[in-house]
Amino acid sequence: MAASDGDDSLYPIAVLIDELRNEDVQLRLNSIKKLSTIALALGVERTRTELLPFLTDTIYDEDEVLLALAEQLGNFTMLVGGPEYVHCLLPPLESLATVEETVVRDKAVESLRKISHEHSPVDLEVHFEPLVKRLASGDWFTSRTSACGLFSVCYPRVSSTVKAEIRQHFRNLCSDDTPMVRRAAASKLGEFAKVLELEYVKSDIISLFTALASDEQDSVRLLAVEACVSIAQLLPQEDLESLVMPTLRQAAEDKSWRVRYMVADKFSELQKAVGPEITKNDLVPAFQNLLKDCEAEVRAAAANKVKEFCENLPEDSRETIIMTHILPCVKELVSDTNQHVKSALASVIMGLSTILGKDNTVEHLLPLFLAQLKDECPEVRLNIISNLDCVNEVIGIRQLSQSLLPAIVELAEDAKWRVRLAIIEYMPLLAGQLGVEFFDEKLNSLCMAWLVDHVYAIREAATCNLMKLVEKFGAEWAQNTIVPKVLGMANDPNYLHRMTTLFCINALSEACGQEITTKHMLPVALKMANDQVANVRFNVAKTLQKIGPVLDSNSLQAEVKPVLERLATDTDMDVKYFAQEAISVLGLA
Amino acid sequence: METPTKLPPSSPSSPTTGFSVPSAEKVDGFPRRSMRRARQRRSHSSSQFRYQSSQVELTPLPLLKDTPVAELHDLFCKKLQQCCVLFDFLDCVADLKGKEIKRAALNELVESLATNRGVLIEPLYPEIIKMISVNIFRTLPPSENPEFDPEEDEPTLEASWPHLQLVYEFFLRFLESPDFQPSMAKRYIDQKFVLQLLELFDSEDPREREYLKTILHRVYGKLLGLRAYIRKQINNIFLRFIYETEHFNGVAELLEILGSIINGFALPLKSEHKQFLVRVLIPLHTAKSLSIFHAQAYCVVQFMEKDATVTESIIRGLLRYWPKTCTQKEVMFLGEIEEILDVIEPSQFIRVQEPLFKQIAACISSPHFQVAERALYFWNNEYILSLIEENCQVILPLVFSTLYRVSKEHWNQTIVSLIYNVLKTFMEMNSKLFDDLTASYKVEKQKELKRERERLELWRGLEEQQQRRLQSLMEASRNQKNLQGRESAPQSPAESSTANAT
Repeated sequence: MAASDGDDSLYPIAVLIDELRNEDVQLRLNSIKKLSTIALALGVERTRTELLPFLTDTIYDEDEVLLALAEQLGNFTMLVGGPEYVHCLLPPLESLATVEETVVRDKAVESLRKISHEHSPVDLEVHFEPLVKRLASGDWFTSRTSACGLFSVCYPRVSSTVKAEIRQHFRNLCSDDTPMVRRAAASKLGEFAKVLELEYVKSDIISLFTALASDEQDSVRLLAVEACVSIAQLLPQEDLESLVMPTLRQAAEDKSWRVRYMVADKFSELQKAVGPEITKNDLVPAFQNLLKDCEAEVRAAAANKVKEFCENLPEDSRETIIMTHILPCVKELVSDTNQHVKSALASVIMGLSTILGKDNTVEHLLPLFLAQLKDECPEVRLNIISNLDCVNEVIGIRQLSQSLLPAIVELAEDAKWRVRLAIIEYMPLLAGQLGVEFFDEKLNSLCMAWLVDHVYAIREAATCNLMKLVEKFGAEWAQNTIVPKVLGMANDPNYLHRMTTLFCINALSEACGQEITTKHMLPVALKMANDQVANVRFNVAKTLQKIGPVLDSNSLQAEVKPVLERLATDTDMDVKYFAQEAISVLGLA
Repeated sequence: METPTKLPPSSPSSPTTGFSVPSAEKVDGFPRRSMRRARQRRSHSSSQFRYQSSQVELTPLPLLKDTPVAELHDLFCKKLQQCCVLFDFLDCVADLKGKEIKRAALNELVESLATNRGVLIEPLYPEIIKMISVNIFRTLPPSENPEFDPEEDEPTLEASWPHLQLVYEFFLRFLESPDFQPSMAKRYIDQKFVLQLLELFDSEDPREREYLKTILHRVYGKLLGLRAYIRKQINNIFLRFIYETEHFNGVAELLEILGSIINGFALPLKSEHKQFLVRVLIPLHTAKSLSIFHAQAYCVVQFMEKDATVTESIIRGLLRYWPKTCTQKEVMFLGEIEEILDVIEPSQFIRVQEPLFKQIAACISSPHFQVAERALYFWNNEYILSLIEENCQVILPLVFSTLYRVSKEHWNQTIVSLIYNVLKTFMEMNSKLFDDLTASYKVEKQKELKRERERLELWRGLEEQQQRRLQSLMEASRNQKNLQGRESAPQSPAESSTANAT
């Protein structure tokens, strides 16, 4: 350790501080990011007595630098000498928690929360809690906002007098003059409620919750909805009706669509938190209203929750509730005027079939699936197709196949390439569910057509699709149905199509196995080495490199090697490069 | 006493909007968002209409102008009540008759307020405010385009504008009427009313915001008791915009109002106003949207003209929020700086010249020629040039090495020739200093390289040392564990390292 003692003198604090003050922001940032290195060089005592005071005094810098600093300080406990000295980190973090920039402040609060756990109960009361109080009564809204996130970490570990003070501070912030602070308090209400004793949840939190939920600003009210979930979980069932439900009912019918949206978005959580009885009596009608809301945003959020809501209904009355209350609304949503609503519904509606069982699915849901499969919006159709597996389990996909086919064909030929791309990705799944016969008959030609699409991303996806199909249906199927067609394209006048042949060989060789590769694919690839387009030639080199491991050493030496050697002397630079690369990778040099 | 001055000329009837760029004209092979949206438009609904369940059938009332004076107020009141009925404008054929009756009634009300003296009597105030509130206060519907970009996209226009416009027009006539009594109005136009009014500034419809701007300005001018409250709430909107949502459509309009308010501030500036400048107006420069910049620069210059002592905090603030990646914004910052320099006092200039010209030098070396060009244009401004000349001893050394280097390296010929002109100007200003700097340029470069090498050396050493320390720490803690295993020593690894380091 003598050596490291000597090092200290090499790095006087001034030099290090110069680095932290460098004119170039980027260099300053780099230095801050390596603050732990500097602290290590200084040792714990000088870090405490020299470095931290410097950092505390000079907190006026670019936000980016401050952000890095706030993050570093959260991991500094060991560098100042362990938990015993962790409170030394509070002054700089306190300043950082008051700066304007939200990202910096949030990071400072995160670090403060982290190091709060490293404080002993005594230190928490002597150092940490006073800091929270100072922040909570700061002049500018930023410090009060930051304070909101710190109450819950110190509350559980302080004495009851201090607890009372903390509760009072939190109450004050909930009725702060500035909406920013009220929003911060509202967003931490649930978290704070969780660490409070039940009697205070009932006496304090409920009144704060009610007040925030009827705030004049909708941005505050909607945060109260989030808190509602946590609060409802804490209360015994018998208190929910009187303490939480009036507010929740009011929120579900709020005049601002943002609040209603929030209720819809949190519906499953709310449902679990309030339990089956209240769900039956209150949430079912509320959910119906949200599904019929006048704003599409709200309807879409509610539609997204249809499956989860139904799943979580109490088992004894689930089917009745769905059939009499939910399904009629769902039927209307199928022909909603807004495409986002329809596509939200389409992404979950198939899940209802498992809940309702075979007969109900055939009678009530199937017509809806079919209607959505014919929807004018491709996203809706795609969402239905991507969830086919749910229905497959219940009624088998055959029921749908008649309508499925036109829908797939239409999507496969959609003018937007992203739509085509999306349907390609579902092909292997569809093929698996529809079976090889149906596939050969109806879908195979589509898959081949994509290989000559004018968009590269589609051709690429089509190639990958073929590989997955071969994995599913086997090498023999490949040899009979797709390999001949793929290899036929090697003579296409368009060089892009000729390259597609090579890409297909790359993708298929492994799945098809050595025999097919050697017998059918290799000769085609070798022949293409004479192509007049350089791009084709260097792709031959790449292909040979790729399929090399599948081939036996005999054909490698006798067939591949001479061709690669010839390509390595090509006039084109790229061809040479890739040929040489293949030679060295395959060990043919 | 503050006296708001007139707003910059832009009357509500001919809204000057920031949305004139015909987005479809930009041809880049991709359909523009606004075009993609066109199809969805019809599916849009309105939050406003939701709360009127039972539709009332309207019947036309007699005309105001045919009514004897004795019955005029009664009829006025009835018409106001009639105008409280809301109509569904998304269904454009629904209840056409009712819509027409309301439209005619609103027109008459506007006309009557504008032409007749003595119409506005006390009992009408609550009715008027009620009619206005019912019509204009509504939760704004969700934007049809979640990533609405005011520079790029067409705004969604308010469907009920045929009625809404007349209501706003009526509101404006009401406020501007010679019979308007602030002492009566303040009972109805209260804080809650103003707060709702301010929330409407988020409307995507520029026509609506234009009306709101004029109306709020009148309210601010006439209802003195609300001024502080209005300023505070505008601050809250801005702070939310800057630090939380980055979205509020009416920022530019609110800034315009503030600009004229600032003009009326009393001297010396109250700390509330300075706080607004430093903690709201300057941080507002971090906003993404560029459409608000003009209004910002306007406010900033208003502040400087009021009180020159705020100059330093303005310039340092701008430098702090200087854009790092968005060159378009950088050009606008430079524009704002030039506006500021146009009115700066020489004594203030001296206080900020150093950091300012370091930034200007950085802009000159920008590879984006528009940024470099905008910065070099400062030398074409006679007032700025005179400031530079007075402080040549300080400024030239700050920018010299950049000018010298960029003149040899920049890809754009215009920039190179602009730089030659600037260098020539400097040479004429102070040829001695210029020659000295030219002579020492190479030496300085060498020194810089040397410093850089030393830095790298320092960090290498530090990192090596860190490795060693970490190792010894680990060893120490291993020894500790062994010790603890044998005699359960209570010392922690951290403490042992403390002992070692001191």
